[in-house]
Amino acid sequence: MWRRVISDEVRERIERLDLPFNRWGLDPYGISKDHLGLFLTVLGQAHKHYFRVRTRGIENVPGTGPAMLVSNHSGGLPTDGGMIVASIFFDREPPRLAHGMVEKFAQSWPFMGPWFSRVGQLPGLPEHAKRLLLDGRLLMVFPEGARGTGKLYRDRYQLERFGTGFMRIALETGVPIVPIAFIGGEEAIPTIYHAKYLAKLANAPYFPITPYILPVPLPVNCEVLYGAPMHFEGTGNEPDHVIDGYVAQVKARVEELIAEGRGAGVNHEAEAS
Amino acid sequence: MKVLITGIAGAHAQLVALRLVDNGHEVIGIDVRPWQGAPRGVTIFQTDVRKRPAADVFRVHRPDVVIHMATVTHFNASAEQRYRVNLRGTQAVFRYCDEFGVKKAVFVGRHTIYGAAADAPLYRNEDEPPLAVSTFPELADLVAADLYASRALWSCKNMRTVVLRLVYALGPSGRGTLASFLAGPRVPMAMGFDPLFHVMHEDDAAKAIVLAAESEIAGVFNIAGPPPVPLSVLCRATHRTAVPLPESVLKRALGRFGLPRLPPGAIAHLKHPVVVDNAAFVEATGYDYGYDEHQTMASFCDANILREDRGL
Repeated sequence: MWRRVISDEVRERIERLDLPFNRWGLDPYGISKDHLGLFLTVLGQAHKHYFRVRTRGIENVPGTGPAMLVSNHSGGLPTDGGMIVASIFFDREPPRLAHGMVEKFAQSWPFMGPWFSRVGQLPGLPEHAKRLLLDGRLLMVFPEGARGTGKLYRDRYQLERFGTGFMRIALETGVPIVPIAFIGGEEAIPTIYHAKYLAKLANAPYFPITPYILPVPLPVNCEVLYGAPMHFEGTGNEPDHVIDGYVAQVKARVEELIAEGRGAGVNHEAEAS
Repeated sequence: MKVLITGIAGAHAQLVALRLVDNGHEVIGIDVRPWQGAPRGVTIFQTDVRKRPAADVFRVHRPDVVIHMATVTHFNASAEQRYRVNLRGTQAVFRYCDEFGVKKAVFVGRHTIYGAAADAPLYRNEDEPPLAVSTFPELADLVAADLYASRALWSCKNMRTVVLRLVYALGPSGRGTLASFLAGPRVPMAMGFDPLFHVMHEDDAAKAIVLAAESEIAGVFNIAGPPPVPLSVLCRATHRTAVPLPESVLKRALGRFGLPRLPPGAIAHLKHPVVVDNAAFVEATGYDYGYDEHQTMASFCDANILREDRGL
């Protein structure tokens, strides 16, 4: 069946993941080799051929042990999440699996919810974040949350307010934060309007409408920039103003990376022309 | 020590009794059902735990430890019967424990009380609230029994109380909640969902209960064995045919076409996982399971084939 679709490269890289798969090809979180294979084969095609993702600073993602990957969130659909997962799986040696934190509403959707779980993208709960980090996994976080994906095209690359929960968890679990800028996501799905009625129908926080109506990503060249890991000392019990200060540092670093990436992006276009 | 097991004729309780006898303990049991072929060293009193003769067993024999396993988990029993046995029975047992100087009470509860919900964490620890009250209202009697037993932790000062929340036990006996669900050749699934099921071998479950009874621990503990498996894998490994049905059809099809009879609340458990974290118990007792997920499912399946061959 669909197992045949899985590319040999993906199959070989999955075998090299540092996940404790059992004889059924399942890890303790229910991540399945088969589902992962198909998911990453599709993401791989998008990563290599559709978005032609360029990666910079991948060496900043630790080879072993836990880390929190903190990125800007793009408008429309989370293409950024998918491409960061793909870039860490395809561009990194050895490959690793980044665990995303999926919006809770997606879990109640048939087919979709279980698929997210089988490929290691668990519902966005602090319990999941802590457990995965204590288990030595890579956790991908978008502190802008739905505010980020709900952004309109005119507000592209303007960071929304960062939540602070991620910082408390990073401090509590003592893991480094790898700041990330994802460039191209905003242009891939240029959201110009939110269809509230459709959102309600799908039980989603918003439903993006693009100039060509459907929220289908455009083939835009994307880039992922990984910054040097940031270490913060603390217990996670610091007062809000201290945490806010740390969060501001991470946000500033992500903004710098975005500026770096967008500047470089302009150069690429200039080179191409 | 002298151990009293309520509901001793149940398949899983028998395993606990045998293990205790092997470990050199004196075992007495209460059950309304008989236990044919109970081994030497086990004394059975055939009565209801809520009736007067049961109180007399406590009064006369003065057990050191009580393991309360007289709960109904299947839904063939009416709601009133479940309430009477599960909640009123638990209340009676804990009253006798307190009254007749029992040193330790072990309540054997279920992990299903945590309830299945889309927004619940995958691994539940003991701090998680029992969501089943709202997601699976038919389990309210078990939730109430669990919370009632937990109450003894602070109200019965002279007794050590242990509340265990066990995942599904599966094994050669072919008995238990999950075994009944998997009894037929076809197993219903909610289309578009494939929740993780947390399953352990029944011998491992008995081992954990005995360990809880013998050790010095007190508190609420989740009991689990190997990591969970998706329902589809569980069906495949036990040679069952999974029948995915849309939720609206599933509700009407349960109990028909050879599918198991389940209350409406059970649908949540066919959509979302109930998986527990047993780290607290492992840390407190050093418990380790003996059968992995594959051996557990295979042991149930092999015994089942034998039973079918014998026409049972």
